[in-house]
Formats: sequence, C-alpha cells, structure tokens
Amino acid sequence: MSMKFEFPETCSEGAACGCAESDARPVAVAPAPTDVEHATVNVDPVEVGRRWFLKASAAFTTTILAPGVTLMAFGEADSAHAKPADQPVSAKQRWGLLIDAGKCEQGCKACVTACNEENGIATPKNLATDAQWIRTLQVKNPENGSTFQMPFMCQHCSEPPCVDVCPTGASFRRADGIVLVDRHICIGCRYCMMACPYKARSFVHEPLHDQKPEVPRGKGCVESCTMCVHRVDEGGTPACVEACAKTGNAAMIFGDLHDPNSEIAKRIATYRTTRVRADLGTDPGVFYQNI
Amino acid sequence: MAVAFLATVLASVVVVPPVVAEPPQPAKGRGDKCVMPTDWMRRNHMKGLIHHRREAVHEGIRTPTFDLNGCIDCHQVKGDDGKPVKISSPKHFCRTCHDYAGVRLDCFECHASRPEQKTETTTGQLERSPHHHTGLPGHGGEGDVAALNRYLEGAGK
Repeated sequence: MSMKFEFPETCSEGAACGCAESDARPVAVAPAPTDVEHATVNVDPVEVGRRWFLKASAAFTTTILAPGVTLMAFGEADSAHAKPADQPVSAKQRWGLLIDAGKCEQGCKACVTACNEENGIATPKNLATDAQWIRTLQVKNPENGSTFQMPFMCQHCSEPPCVDVCPTGASFRRADGIVLVDRHICIGCRYCMMACPYKARSFVHEPLHDQKPEVPRGKGCVESCTMCVHRVDEGGTPACVEACAKTGNAAMIFGDLHDPNSEIAKRIATYRTTRVRADLGTDPGVFYQNI
Repeated sequence: MAVAFLATVLASVVVVPPVVAEPPQPAKGRGDKCVMPTDWMRRNHMKGLIHHRREAVHEGIRTPTFDLNGCIDCHQVKGDDGKPVKISSPKHFCRTCHDYAGVRLDCFECHASRPEQKTETTTGQLERSPHHHTGLPGHGGEGDVAALNRYLEGAGK
C-alpha cells in the first residue's frame, strides 16, 4: 500500500489566478499504512496480537498522561527554555515538532493564517510562485479513498540537503537544529529549493514592503519556515503551534527532542510516530502521528 | 583693456560663491545617550551592526545594543501623518546622513525601516507584539561592546 501526498491545485481565488496550472508534483510517497484495520488483513496472528498489545498499552498511557498532555497543548510546559540573550544556542537542545494528523481538523487553516500573520507573509494568490512557509496537505489513499489533512512545513532536518548544496553558506543549520537561510549571504540561486525533498522552500520574486521588524524578508532570497526562531529564542513557541492550541484541536506540539522530560520527547517515546520520507536519511525534526 | 580683463577675472573669482551643502542633522534618539558615544557611532555603527547580525542569525545571540530594530525604534522620525516615516522619506534617520555621504543603503529592502505599528484591539487598548524589542540603550551594553572589540581586533579592524 502506498500513500500519495498531493498539493492543493486550487486556491481561494478559484480558477481566475491560474493556480490550477501549478507544478503540483507529488512531493513524497510514504509506505505507511493509513488505517490499521485495512493494513492488518494479510498479517500473521502474532503480528495482530502484538498490535493489539501496543494499542492497549498506548490507550492506558494516554489516561495516565492526560493532565500533562492538556498542559502542553496550550504551549506552556516548555516555556522555561529561554536562554540568556547573550548566550549562543547550543546542540544540547534540538527543537522539533510533533503533529498529530488525527487531530488536524479538515478545512482548518489556523496554523497557516497564524504563520502568515506572524511572519508578514501575504496570503498566496499563485500557489506555484508565492511564498508559503506552511501549507495544509490533503493526503489521499488511492486504494480506499480515505483522506486526511496535515500541516506541512520545513522539516528541519539534521542532515539537510538544502545546506549540502548551498554554494554560499547562506543555508545553514543552527546548533539547536533549526534550519535557516541567512539572507545576507543568499544569492537567490534556488539550488536549495531543488534539493529539498519536501518542497518546503519559497523564493521571493517581487519587492516587499512593510515587513515585520522581527522577520526581515526581501526580494531575491529563498526562505522557509524558521520555526519562529525569533520567538523560540525568547522562550516562546512557534505561531502555528500556538494557533493550533487556540482552536482546541491541539494537533501540534513544539519542544526539545533531546530533553527526555519534555512533552514532545515523552510522546515520541510512547506513541508510534512517522517522519515523512525517513528513508532519505535526512533525519527530520518534525514528527507526525496518524499519517 | 587690461583693467577690464582684470575686473572680469576678479568678478569670476569673487562673485561666484562656493556651493557647500549643509551638514546633515540626523534626528536625535530617545533617552539621554546612544548605546555608544556619538563619535564612535559615526565611524563604527556599521561594524556593530554587522557583528550583531552574524551573532543573531547564526548563533541566536539577540542582545539589544547593536540591534537594528533598536536604532529604528529610538531614532524614529514622525512624518506629517504623525506616524514614523519609512526609508522612502528623506527625513528618515538613516537617510539624512547616507544621502549626504552618497552611500547606498540596502538594509531596508528586507528590514523594516520603522517600528511595528501599534494595532488597536477591540477593547480599545493598544497592543504591541509580545516580542517587540524595547530598544532602550544601556541594557547589557558592556558585554556587547567587549564582544565587538574582540571581534574587531580578531578581524584585523
């Protein structure tokens, strides 16, 4: 069974803006099954028993963890991570995201809207060319027609192909795992956009005005999700995570993957999580559940 | 004839006044003093900004002393509409000197050239971004200056 990731081919502007002709190439084909019942048809009884045991254990753990889970959902549990402003970030931490696609509400765009507002990004009119730091993907299983939605952004790999290919050193990975573009050095060659297997980067084609003071952006540079680095450095959480929590869905968690006591690390240790195209060896910092 | 020639020469020397542009008068910042003495800032502000930019982007060191947003906040110039002017206005703090010196400035193709505009909430209170930089001089300044000096010495000035 295979799962195909598809980019939306239409936008809010309808057919008028020409988005329908966008180069919506499928970005990833992941071998993960979408629903357990369907996937277990052909497996042996031992495997079924193992799955039942895991599911039962997970359900039990959920009950125990429930208060902590609720606390984290509103983005406060890890807020004590602020470092002194004059200290550099360190590799002791690795910031990451855990996204539960099962909680992502169909049609909800709260994370996308919050990202655009926080970073001063105009609502994209032409999906083929306009900047998108986060998008919602409609994932469809072609075999049984089941669909779900998931937010998708820069996967903040620890082996980022964009950094490997950058000819100037503009694309870099910070010690704490956040992959960024230094726009002072970027020459706009877009090699990183070609290299990224997640199609996570955008190029700014036209002059911008009235940028946010904390988020400088400009024509001629490649850019992508910064995991709201300006907020993270002050002890905050990314805008998308905050907005998702406010909707009540709480499908996104932000935290330190290296801290075994953080909510994100506990959940990753407890539940089965997936990373998109993990087979590529990019070691993404964004984990998904229920995809 | 000779007298007429002499008069012409003298007139050309004496009568035409030399054209000297007035030196620029950049807007004074808020508070008593800048993060560094004015003479230092005139010569070295760009070094401080470049040093800070490297540290902030790559290492996440976000100290306020040489933060461009701090300069923009403290030295904002109000326009006719009462709002801080953007870099498109000749009155902008940075432009007053850079226009005079003929040094092109491309920081503001990406960076905001004025503080974030306050937005009025439904309750009528003024709300600012929680991450807004206050730009007050002096906070943590000694450490920043020492770091900058080390950097300048290491970089061969």
